[in-house]
Amino acid sequence: MNRMFAIVEREMRKFFRSPTLMIMSLMMPILQLLIMGNAFGGKIVGERVAVVDYDHGPQAVKIREAFDSIAVNIKTFTTVEYTDEVQAREDVRTGKINAAVIIPYQYSRRVYAKDAPRLGLVVDNTDQFSAGSIETEMQALVTALSSPVLEPRLVNSIALEIVELYPYVGYMKFLLPACVALAMYISVMIGGGMLYIDDKARGVHEGYLVTPITKLELVMGLNMAGAIKAVLSGICLTVIGSLMAGLGVIFHPEALLELFCLIVVTSIAFNGMMFLLMVRVDDPLVPRAMFGVLNLLLFYPSGAMYPIAAFPAWLRAIAVIDPFTYSIHGFKAILLKDGGFAAIQFDLWFLLIFGLGSLLIATPLFKRTL
Amino acid sequence: MMAKAKSIDETQNGTRPAIAVEHAVKRYGSFEAVKDVSFSVAEGEIFGLLGPNGAGKSTLIRMMTTLIPITGGKVTIAGHDVVHEADAVRRMIGVIPQALTSDPDLTVQENLSIYAKLYSVPKAQREINIQEVLEAVDLVKWRGAQVKTLSGGMRRRVEIARGLVHNPSIFFLDEPTTGLDPVSRIAVWEMLDNLRRTRHLTMLLTTHYMEEADKLCDRIAIVDHGTLVALGTPIELKHSVPGANVVEVHFDRETPEWKGRLENLSGVTSVQAESAGFYRVLTSSGSATTMQLVELAASLGETLTSLSVQNTTLDDVFVHYTGRQLRDEQVKPPAFTMPPRPGAQP
Repeated sequence: MNRMFAIVEREMRKFFRSPTLMIMSLMMPILQLLIMGNAFGGKIVGERVAVVDYDHGPQAVKIREAFDSIAVNIKTFTTVEYTDEVQAREDVRTGKINAAVIIPYQYSRRVYAKDAPRLGLVVDNTDQFSAGSIETEMQALVTALSSPVLEPRLVNSIALEIVELYPYVGYMKFLLPACVALAMYISVMIGGGMLYIDDKARGVHEGYLVTPITKLELVMGLNMAGAIKAVLSGICLTVIGSLMAGLGVIFHPEALLELFCLIVVTSIAFNGMMFLLMVRVDDPLVPRAMFGVLNLLLFYPSGAMYPIAAFPAWLRAIAVIDPFTYSIHGFKAILLKDGGFAAIQFDLWFLLIFGLGSLLIATPLFKRTL
Repeated sequence: MMAKAKSIDETQNGTRPAIAVEHAVKRYGSFEAVKDVSFSVAEGEIFGLLGPNGAGKSTLIRMMTTLIPITGGKVTIAGHDVVHEADAVRRMIGVIPQALTSDPDLTVQENLSIYAKLYSVPKAQREINIQEVLEAVDLVKWRGAQVKTLSGGMRRRVEIARGLVHNPSIFFLDEPTTGLDPVSRIAVWEMLDNLRRTRHLTMLLTTHYMEEADKLCDRIAIVDHGTLVALGTPIELKHSVPGANVVEVHFDRETPEWKGRLENLSGVTSVQAESAGFYRVLTSSGSATTMQLVELAASLGETLTSLSVQNTTLDDVFVHYTGRQLRDEQVKPPAFTMPPRPGAQP
């Protein structure tokens, strides 16, 4: 056991003497949280929408008043007067404006005659976020205009009452669980992948192999050190990220305990997986080359950015065996939902079994000789 | 014993050898890196393994230090079989690999302490051992310095201290002075000699430097193409080469006839053409050959740029047995070389 702890001591002393690993493993996820959280999280405002009014009747005026209300209040878009529908369409195409609303001839008359009145909306659907936002506003506006002025005493339409269980989750909060898992992955990739192989290439392992240390002690020492580094990265990012995203969950002792357990088993799982992948690698270029591929293969299919339910079958199959899936699910359950141990029980077991299973396979593959 | 050595040599005094290599073989697929090598090293002896690059020296040392499994034969270290009693072997040996593998970010003390723990040296003993080895390699005042702040020679001394921190009885050194400047190299030689005397260590070292082998080693084995081609004391090996002296002569003008003319001089046993107009002449009488050479040059109207006479060196022994000089070796570049760490001294 002492020999195993000697390996851990060596790794940890190196880790704290050279803080590059810690800084680099935290830098990318923090930047991701900061930039993506702010870039994707906000509401769309200030879009320019052309209004081509061929009607000029009272109902058209009503619509324009509603547009003015939107411009002043919710600020999703402001309107620009156009007289020619073709020109408006062309300007949407060239990006001068974001959308165009066409109020056709006889619109007011058709409204009063209840003769299927129609409004035209031209959108640039290559930008789904802007187009979707304008469509939503316009749909709400049309629904409001279609509502009867006086509600009937007995409503016969079915209404859906939505109850949101949790407070509003901004994009930065949504992104935090993925960033914590990513920080631990990067720590493991650098510490358990790149530095491990670099040490092999430098002959450090040769130094270990001539001592009486057993294979198991060596494997456990290297993995324990790697897991501790990943745990430290995970804790740092959970605290920093929670403060950045405005999550108070880190101030609740029970949630902290749950987070700690999840961080530990995630570290074991990631480290075991990395050790299994690197156990027979000697070339220092391999982990560097694998870094991006593994990131793509494990991070995106995990449901970190998009729901797994939307994936095709083959991508779902990756998600099922991907430790990221369970780690991110667990972090979401604690950080965003305060779900308690019951919500992360399966994730904890999966990650623990995955990590130990990987180590069980890797240990016989680890060579005690050169 | 100077001739082709094939079995454990007869220089043993009846006691159990510290290292015994019997018909050792190492194969990588169809390639035989070590072919039926046998030798033994007595306790307290410094034994040198010489050979060109790729001759099998490092493979042999790795077989003896349990780093690579042996394909055939038997290797025992302090009476323990490297295959069946690998752990016992590891406890008896200290190994200094070719590369500098101490952690540059850690201090000298930390490096030594971690290795002492890897050998399960008890805490109280650990402190004593560290102090002793630091004194032995003259690094006491540097114990708190990070290894990356030390010079190349000092780093090599840290490696040596690390290999000794558990008090091994047998010490393996793979090219211990490669990359060191001449002053540091001499310092390492003196230190190794001192360690042998004070700690009664048995040492086996590989080297590229003939002078190093000559100065340090009690006996030398020359390995080429995985085979032991010569074994003996430096003096025995030098005597095994025909010709007692070497005359180095440099003619002003190169002509193809010179080699033949030199070979025809009396007492000359062999002539090696080194470069244009430069020859190494092995002769049984240096003074007689020198006289003849000067007379021959004068009679032909040729000018001698330089002329020197020296005793046979291990270089001559090496060339004699391997048929080539180290500098002629084509060194295969390693697949990958780690870049130097920022702040590390060359």
